[in-house]
Amino acid sequence: MATSVRATSDGRPPSSRPAPSTSDKSGSRPPGWRTKLFRFDTKASPYAYVAPFFILFAAFGLFPLIYTGWLSLHQVELGTHAKWVGFDNYTGLWDNEFFWKALRNTFTLGVLSTVPQLLMALGLAHLLNYKLRGRGFFRVAVLAPYATSVAAATLVFIQMFNPDYGMINQLFGHIGLGHVDWESSKWPAQIAISTIVTWRWTGYNALIYLAAMQAVPADLYEAAALDGASRWRQFVSVTIPSIRPTILFTIIVSTIGATQLFGEPLMFGGGVGVTGGTDHQYQTLSLYMYDKGWNTGELGQASAVAWVMLLILLLIGAVNLLIVRSNRRKLGA
Amino acid sequence: MRTSGRTRKAAVIAVAGLAACATLITGCSSDNKKDDNGSSDNSSASSTEKITLHVGDFGSFGYDDKTGAALYAEYHKLHPNITIVEDAVADGQQYWNSLKLHLTQNSGLDDIQAIEVGYIGLAIQPNLASKFVDFKTVAGFNAADWLPYKEKQATTSDGKVIGVGTDAGPTAICYNKDAFQKAGLPTDRDTLAANWNGDWQKFIDLGKQFAASKTAPKGMKFSDSGSGLFNAVLASQATQYSDASGKLIYDTSAGVQTAWNIATEAVQEGLTAGYQQLDPANAWAAAFKTGKFATVTCPSWMVGLVATNSGDAGKGKWDVAAPPQVGNWGGSFLAVPKSGKHVKEATELAQWLTSSAQEIKVFQKFGNIPSSTKALDDPAVQSLVNPYFPGTPMGKIFASAAKNITPAPIGPWDGNVKDIITKNGILDMEKRGTAKDKAWSNAVKQIKDTVVE
Repeated sequence: MATSVRATSDGRPPSSRPAPSTSDKSGSRPPGWRTKLFRFDTKASPYAYVAPFFILFAAFGLFPLIYTGWLSLHQVELGTHAKWVGFDNYTGLWDNEFFWKALRNTFTLGVLSTVPQLLMALGLAHLLNYKLRGRGFFRVAVLAPYATSVAAATLVFIQMFNPDYGMINQLFGHIGLGHVDWESSKWPAQIAISTIVTWRWTGYNALIYLAAMQAVPADLYEAAALDGASRWRQFVSVTIPSIRPTILFTIIVSTIGATQLFGEPLMFGGGVGVTGGTDHQYQTLSLYMYDKGWNTGELGQASAVAWVMLLILLLIGAVNLLIVRSNRRKLGA
Repeated sequence: MRTSGRTRKAAVIAVAGLAACATLITGCSSDNKKDDNGSSDNSSASSTEKITLHVGDFGSFGYDDKTGAALYAEYHKLHPNITIVEDAVADGQQYWNSLKLHLTQNSGLDDIQAIEVGYIGLAIQPNLASKFVDFKTVAGFNAADWLPYKEKQATTSDGKVIGVGTDAGPTAICYNKDAFQKAGLPTDRDTLAANWNGDWQKFIDLGKQFAASKTAPKGMKFSDSGSGLFNAVLASQATQYSDASGKLIYDTSAGVQTAWNIATEAVQEGLTAGYQQLDPANAWAAAFKTGKFATVTCPSWMVGLVATNSGDAGKGKWDVAAPPQVGNWGGSFLAVPKSGKHVKEATELAQWLTSSAQEIKVFQKFGNIPSSTKALDDPAVQSLVNPYFPGTPMGKIFASAAKNITPAPIGPWDGNVKDIITKNGILDMEKRGTAKDKAWSNAVKQIKDTVVE
C-alpha cells in the first residue's frame, strides 16, 4: 500500500520507479540485494514514519500513565523510596471527606460551566449561520476568548468579581441586588469560576457547531419551510437532529475539560487557590491532586486521585457511548 | 476483534520502543550519579588550580556583582583561581522543589545551596541532612558567631549543623501614626512599646480601644490580618508546631494555643481586615493606600514593602515599634552538598559570605538584617535609618529585636501546618464567619489529611 501511494504521489506509474536495472550504480551488485532492500523499505518504512508519534506517545503518554498507576499503589514522598501499600491510597480516598467534597465541587462546577456554555454556543452558531454582514469578523471574534490564556482571562475576571471594588458588585449595587461575596461564599464563587470557563469555551464550541450546521443540506430547510415550519421549528426539528453527533462530541470534550478543571479555580483563589478557598468551597479533583502531590509531597495519594479521575472519565465515556447506541437504534440507522 | 499479523508486529515494535526509551531515561540518570560520586574524590584540589564555584540561591541574596554588594568579585580578587557563578531562581518555592529533587538524585547540585528558613526543618531530616557537609567538622566554624536561635534551626537531632546563617527576620510592629492619633492612642514608638511590652494581650486591648474610638478613620481596622498576627505571636513562642525530635505537637503546644487565642480574639472582635499578607492578587498591597488597617506585624524585610505599598502619600505617616514579644520570620542558610567537586573551597566561601564583615556589606546595600552577632553590634547596622520613616531608629529596633528572638524547635511539617491553620482556619473565620471551635476542628481535620507521619 505504501508503495502505491508513494508512486502515485510522484505522478509516475508504480513500475517505473523500483526497476533495479535503471540505476547504473547498482549494476555491479546482485539484483537480489536490491529487491530485498526494496522489500524491506516497503515493509519497514511505514513504521519509521509513524514511529515519532508512537515514541512520543510512549514517553509522554503511556509511560506516565503506567507509572502513575504504579505510584498509586505505593506510599512515596518526593525524595524517598516507594513503599508498597496496595490499595490503601484508594481506600483512604473513600473515607476522605476532602476527596468527596472535591468530587462534588468538580461535578457542580462541571454542570455550571458546561450546560450554559453549550446552550449558548448552539444559539451563537445558529445566529452566525444566517447571512449577516461582517460574518467573518464575528466568527473570528467568538474565537478570541479561546485564544486568551487561562491566566490572563482569570486575572481580568478576578478584578471584575472583586467583592469590594469589582465591576459586577458595583453593577449589582446600582440595580439594588446587594453585595455578593464572590470569593468566599460557595455558590457565588463557583458561579464566578464557571463564568470564566464559559467565557473561554463558548466561542470554540460555537464554531464547531457552525461547521456542522453548514453541512446540513439546504433542501431540508426548504422542505421544512414549504411545510410551514417556523424558524424555531426548523432549528429544533432539522438543525438539532442533523448535528446530533457533533453535539455529543462537544459534550464529551467539555466533560473531559470540566473534570480536569484546574487553572481557573487555582488562580481565582489566589493565596488559597490550592485548597479551593478557605473552606474548600471550590476545590476540584485536580486541585486536590495538586495539593497532595506538591504541597504535601505525597505522590502516591496524588496518583491515586489521578487514576480515580481517569476512571470517572472512562465511566462518563461509557455512558455517552450507551446513549449514542440507543439513539442509533431509535433512528434505525 | 481481529488480530492480524501486522498489528501484532506493531505491538512488538511499540513495546521495544518503550523499552528503549526507558533504558535511555534510566541510563541517563544512573550515569549522572556515577559521575558525581566519582568526581567527589578530587575534592581536595590544589589551591592553585583554576576552579569555578556555583552558588545556587533564590530571590536576591545581595551577593552578586551587578546589583548586589559585589562579594563574588571581591572573593575572586582574594582568591584569583576561584571564579564564582550564581544560579539564582526567582521563586523560592520552585527553587526548593528542584533542590529537593536534585538532592535525592545527587545530581545537578551547585557547590553551595541556599536554604530558606521555611524549608530548613525539612532539610535537617536525616534523608536530606546526610547530603550536606556538617559544619561542626569544618575548621573555623563557631556556632556562637551567629544568633543562638539561628544555628539551632540548622542543627539536626543528632547534632550536625548543615548550614551557616545569612540574614535574620526579626519582627516588629509597623503602625500608622496618623490613624493612632485620630483614634486618640499614643503615637510615640517607645511609649507604645512600653505599654504592650511582654504581652500580646495588651496589644489586642489597644486594638479594642482603637475599634471603640469614634474618631478613628472610617473603614480602617486595627490589624491587617489575623493570620499575620497569628504568625507573629507564634514566632515569639518557645514551643511552636513541633517538639525537639521534629514530631508535630501543634494540638498540645502552648505556643500554638496562645497564638490561636490571641489571633482569634482579634478576629472575633472585628479588629482584623482579613487580608493575606503578600497575597498573589496584591489585595493586601493595595489596601495600604486605601487605608484599610492601622498596624502590620512586620519583619525587617517587610519595612520596604510598607513604604512601596503606601506610596509617597504615606511618607512619614508610618512608624515602627518594638513588638510585645520578638519573633523571627524569614532568613536563610548556606549549605554545602557533600557530592560537590570542590567541597573544601565551597565551605570556605560559605563561611566567608556569612562572616560579619560580609553580612554588614550586604546589609548596607540591601538592608538584610545580619544573623551574625558581631555584625548586629556594628555601628553601621545600629545607626540605620530609613528616609520613609523619618526619625525611626530602624537599625536599633531590629538589631535588638534580633538578639531577643526565642529559639524554638522546628519540624518538617511546620510549613504545611502553618498554611492550614492560617489559611483554612483563621482566614476562614475572617472571610466566612466560621465559629472559632469549628475553624480549629476544620484545620485539625485537614492537617490529619495532609500529614503522614
